[in-house]
Amino acid sequence: MLSFIGRRILIAIPTIILVSIFVFTLQKLLPGDPILVLAGEERDPAVIELLREKYRLNDPLPLQYLAWAGQALQGNLGMSLRTGVPVLQLIKDKLPVTLQLAAMAMSFALLIGIPAGVMAAVRKGSAWDYGATALALWGLSIPNFFLGILLIFLISVQLNWLPASGYVPPSESLSQNLKTMIMPAFVLGNALAASMMRHTRSAMLGVLKQDYVRTARAKGLLEPRVILKHALRNALIPVVTIGTLLFGELLAGAVLTEQIFTIPGFGKLIVDAVFNRDYAVVQGVVLCTAIGYIGLNLLADVLYVVLNPRLRAR
Amino acid sequence: MTLALDTAEQAAVPAPRSRVWGKLLRNRSALIGGTVVIAFALIAFLGPLVMAADPIKTSWSLVRKAPSWLNWFGTDDLGRDVFARVVYGARASLLAGIVSVTIAVSIGGPLGLIAGYFGGWIDAIISRCTEAMLACPFLILAIALGSVLGASLTNAMIAIGIAAAPIFTRLTRAQTLAVKTEDYVEGARAIGLPDRWILAKYIVPNIFAPILVQATLIIAQAIIAEASLSFLGLGQQPPAPSWGSMLNTGKNFLQQGQWWMSMFPGVGIFLTVLGFNLLGDGLRDALDPRET
Repeated sequence: MLSFIGRRILIAIPTIILVSIFVFTLQKLLPGDPILVLAGEERDPAVIELLREKYRLNDPLPLQYLAWAGQALQGNLGMSLRTGVPVLQLIKDKLPVTLQLAAMAMSFALLIGIPAGVMAAVRKGSAWDYGATALALWGLSIPNFFLGILLIFLISVQLNWLPASGYVPPSESLSQNLKTMIMPAFVLGNALAASMMRHTRSAMLGVLKQDYVRTARAKGLLEPRVILKHALRNALIPVVTIGTLLFGELLAGAVLTEQIFTIPGFGKLIVDAVFNRDYAVVQGVVLCTAIGYIGLNLLADVLYVVLNPRLRAR
Repeated sequence: MTLALDTAEQAAVPAPRSRVWGKLLRNRSALIGGTVVIAFALIAFLGPLVMAADPIKTSWSLVRKAPSWLNWFGTDDLGRDVFARVVYGARASLLAGIVSVTIAVSIGGPLGLIAGYFGGWIDAIISRCTEAMLACPFLILAIALGSVLGASLTNAMIAIGIAAAPIFTRLTRAQTLAVKTEDYVEGARAIGLPDRWILAKYIVPNIFAPILVQATLIIAQAIIAEASLSFLGLGQQPPAPSWGSMLNTGKNFLQQGQWWMSMFPGVGIFLTVLGFNLLGDGLRDALDPRET
């Protein structure tokens, strides 16, 4: 098992290096010269030259990359051009907000997607199945920013049940925090619930045909026990790994959800950085997201082996 | 040699078109999806030719009017007709979906073909680059590329196309790897046909179906991505209409109960994406040889 994890980490390293090259190249392709911004309005050629030397911009590109990558490895992703705050600090401040949102969205997805998928598979061809399949199609087709707008209109404007936007940290008031996060989390988890439902249904349909399920039924076990203990436990193996991969997608989905509900998270950070042409922040966020995503891929692979007894024994 | 050529010719012929069409026409999901897509395509490309209302003409006396006989979908914050903007916006959305997927297939397809067919170090380089691109969530990558290219519909399409290309590289590579060991490809190689001929005549026609299915499903994602970029201000620029930017404007007036500015473009995105998703699912079933 350890050698498997070690091998997977070794495979992930070249991918991370390539991602870092890609992110570095992206920065070089960006329009405008950041040095001109730093040089102030006078744009004294001597100052510009000094800054170029300081930031090693006169070096060949491979050397510039190595210097940047070396700094990034030590946790230095540069400073925000707009606020002067280190990029890593900005990410550290915003990430917990997005992680809370993503965790709540994932909970919604699991609570809705897995039971709906099980019901659809167990009662294949029934109204349950068609209803769950239609709901999944709805979930996959409705963009989360439109769903957000619909819910704001219905729940906040018409019914006045929940606030339309804003964010309260849990340290300030947990109940207020949950009130502001519940709707965005549902919006973000909607598409994920649809995916989970589809995967659970498909995995359950496969498992329900297996001999051990037939044996369990032949032994006279009650149907709920057969479904929950024998079928679902095995069907969840691919669902858990897919869920881990989809958690990464939540980070991307959070960009729009945070924008609609004005939540000061990771997604809002990248959008604001794009509009402020704060390239160091864009670069840092893209790099961190990619590394997080690679980490989740790794976790999914490991979980697949851990949860599957046949693979674990090898 | 003739036998090898015959085997190659016969086996390389994909499933008969009439059978696929028959399955497609019997598939309810494909039929509904196809009808929705065709309806929106007609609205997008013929609508602007027949309708009189100007989508960018402002009118201060008609600012934020609710739907009426005069303005079916109401008017927006600048007094523009929302119905006209939804019809013109359909063109931008469909165009973005189709063009960006065409870009993605044009970049990703050949790379996947080369990687899968030739293998070795070319495959290793292309596969590692593909993994690196796939390591970045699709929308974040599109936003980052959009910020490099600048805000416009054309650049949004290019950004989405580049971001989606690795999906097709991976799929084409996997399909090529499966097909290249088939007897008819071996036969074609045995009679000394050049690689580019084998690729064009024997590999591409046999991997076309899964790529078509994937392309249909990715068009749905590309339409959402374009609407997302426009919603964020990185896509179609005002005053040109786009469903995403209309939603962004409309959301500012929800608190006042003025729902029509965001509702109609939102429904437009939802139905178009639903249409492509249904069509993609139907195509997958119709083109899957395991389905009877």
